[in-house]
Amino acid sequence: MFGRLKQMLIKEFIQVFRDKRTRFLLFGPPIIQMLVFGYAATFDIHHVPTAVLDMDHSQESRELTSRFTSSPYFDVQRQLTDSRQIRDLIDRGKVTVGLEIDAGFAQKLRKGETAPLQVIVDATNSNTALIASSYIAQIALGFARDYQQDRIYRIAPQMVEAIPSVELEQRPWYNPGLSSRWFFIPGIIGSLTLVLVITLTAFAVVREREIGTLEQIMVTPIRPAEFILGKTLPFFLIGLFDVSLIAAVGTLWFQVPFRGNILVLLAGSILFLLCMLGVGLLISTVSSTQQQAMVTAFFFIMPSVSFSGFGFPISTMPQWMQYFSYAIPLRYFLVVLRGTYLKGVGMEILWPQMAAMAGMAISLLTIAIFRFHKALD
Amino acid sequence: MSLTRLLAVARKEVIQILRDPRSLMIVVIMPVTLMLLFGYGVNLDLKGLPIYVYDRDGSQQSQDLLKRFQASEYFHVARVVNGYPAIARALDDGHAKMGIVIPWDFSLRLRDGGPVQVQALVDATDDNTANVLTGYAQAVVQGYSSEIQLNWLRERGLSLQPAAMSIETRTWYNEDLESSAFIVPGVLALVMSVIGAFLTSLTIAREWERGSMEQLISTPVSAMEIMLGKLAPYFALGMFDVIVCAAIAIYWFQVPFRGSYLTLLVSSALFLVVVLSLGFFISVIAKSQFAASQIALLVTFLPAFLLSGFLFPIEQMPVVLQWFTRILPVRYYVALLKQIFLKGTPTAMLYVDLIPLAVFALLLTLLATRTFHKRLE
Repeated sequence: MFGRLKQMLIKEFIQVFRDKRTRFLLFGPPIIQMLVFGYAATFDIHHVPTAVLDMDHSQESRELTSRFTSSPYFDVQRQLTDSRQIRDLIDRGKVTVGLEIDAGFAQKLRKGETAPLQVIVDATNSNTALIASSYIAQIALGFARDYQQDRIYRIAPQMVEAIPSVELEQRPWYNPGLSSRWFFIPGIIGSLTLVLVITLTAFAVVREREIGTLEQIMVTPIRPAEFILGKTLPFFLIGLFDVSLIAAVGTLWFQVPFRGNILVLLAGSILFLLCMLGVGLLISTVSSTQQQAMVTAFFFIMPSVSFSGFGFPISTMPQWMQYFSYAIPLRYFLVVLRGTYLKGVGMEILWPQMAAMAGMAISLLTIAIFRFHKALD
Repeated sequence: MSLTRLLAVARKEVIQILRDPRSLMIVVIMPVTLMLLFGYGVNLDLKGLPIYVYDRDGSQQSQDLLKRFQASEYFHVARVVNGYPAIARALDDGHAKMGIVIPWDFSLRLRDGGPVQVQALVDATDDNTANVLTGYAQAVVQGYSSEIQLNWLRERGLSLQPAAMSIETRTWYNEDLESSAFIVPGVLALVMSVIGAFLTSLTIAREWERGSMEQLISTPVSAMEIMLGKLAPYFALGMFDVIVCAAIAIYWFQVPFRGSYLTLLVSSALFLVVVLSLGFFISVIAKSQFAASQIALLVTFLPAFLLSGFLFPIEQMPVVLQWFTRILPVRYYVALLKQIFLKGTPTAMLYVDLIPLAVFALLLTLLATRTFHKRLE
């Protein structure tokens, strides 16, 4: 048994590493993708181009404007004189945010009436618009709070020390710099591994079938179990190597901290890789050409990445999508990745995810092997 | 160049496509699936996020503050706990996104005057959620603080008008800030990339791999006829998908369509020529289907997903990457789609994006033809 398995493994490794191009494709694209993803994937906003129309010309309106000018999130590029200019600038995509302070702003503030700040946001990108709106609200709130403190100081300077106030002390855990990159990079490790291992496994088996060598192998004394093991073991090892490679780029190049136990991450990666091998094998049993395999794999990959919480929180999805996400192995692996990288938690927290992945790995592999036997008969 | 031969090649390709129902099905199902996935799954509009509260004071005042958190639509007070460990654990395992801790001397210090701090422990793994969450918490606490101050002054016989500001936000082009409206037009680019480059490069790579391309070449069919004949059916499929996607966007997701249908079709046709030539080029240089699929993934799907401005805003990327996006045809196509759907920019103003797209279409067709000729020699 081991003799045959060994021969099979030797054949597989030769096949994978024979071609210079394939060799590059195993390790090149994951690194390139990691780098591109790491730089491009961000919801952070900085220096959003902004125009201000101040029709009030009061001290208050200037003070409010200066808060936007000094904020790193906004880049006040123009001071306007006419509200039609805002429309034009946003239409042409020159600015994303237009702030309009109407005449009477300061007067309303002084009288204690509600003073409006008109905000116009180009919402062709609704996420940027949402985040920018949230920062605008924070700046405006800060202004209103300080304005009130000033007024108290003016009417009752002796009481300023004594007046109560409540403040919120923020403690962002795990990611104190609130960096988008720290959020995305652990996730990228998961999704890149997913794409690579599934396509590799599915292709390898289907290719033999397509060019007819599968029949040739089957007439040799090799048993189906040995064949499957011989096919998957190389990809398991390549997958594991790629995980380490991508993880190294993430940690060393992008400086994302790793706070957990490396063994916990390793255990999670192994379970996840087993799930992906199962999926890859399953795809290969239902495809007769490589094109079919690719298409089927794609139909698994896309929902996996979008339902798993890779880029967008699962809690904002419709309910049916949330239920669906439980069936996706990547969902659990992402929790393990972010847990070990950023939160530094161990098995005591991550065991439900590990158990879910283990269960999925066992059932996926069992079904795959069962179906594989049938496909061979 | 003979039309008969060209049609014969095209006919052969159509028969081959029709013979494989799964690949044909993907052409219909893929746009629908991707539209639904992204239309529903990509959302940063956070509501009802689970928080834990730890009230160390247990007074009337602290309860008042907590009631404000309960009343906010953005928070869902999942549990009231009594101790830091419970909060730490909930943040670790993800049961809570934020923990609010009210100090034991909260009411005491409010009575004595001076600032008192309420702690917000936030799970910042997802920096975006954390940002938005603290923004909302800040607003709740500030509202409470302002009321406390006004009451305090009133008790001392001083009347003060509250400093109230309202933020009137108008989100242009996407008035309801629906993420589907901004995401769905971009999905078109994704679908085109997949259909164009993936499918094409795989089918043609298959001919090389099986040796049937050599057979085809030995017939009197010229290189140009092979290329056009092979690509024509995929062009038709791609245009069919454009119409399906546009219909889903407009009738299912109710995305506004403000531009002209003709411009949409023209720019989609140009982009299709780009991705089809690219797919053809890849299949010529890649020797195997696996290599073709991986290269296609790297040069078409990845840029369409990450660097096109479809999901992540280009202006927020590092400058080098921003420059790099200029040589990506998909960037111009996504810009066109957003303008046609949401902004309704007049066609005459779209030349900034249409011209580069046309140039790319021309260049890539030339490139594909040349490499194909070379390969044949």
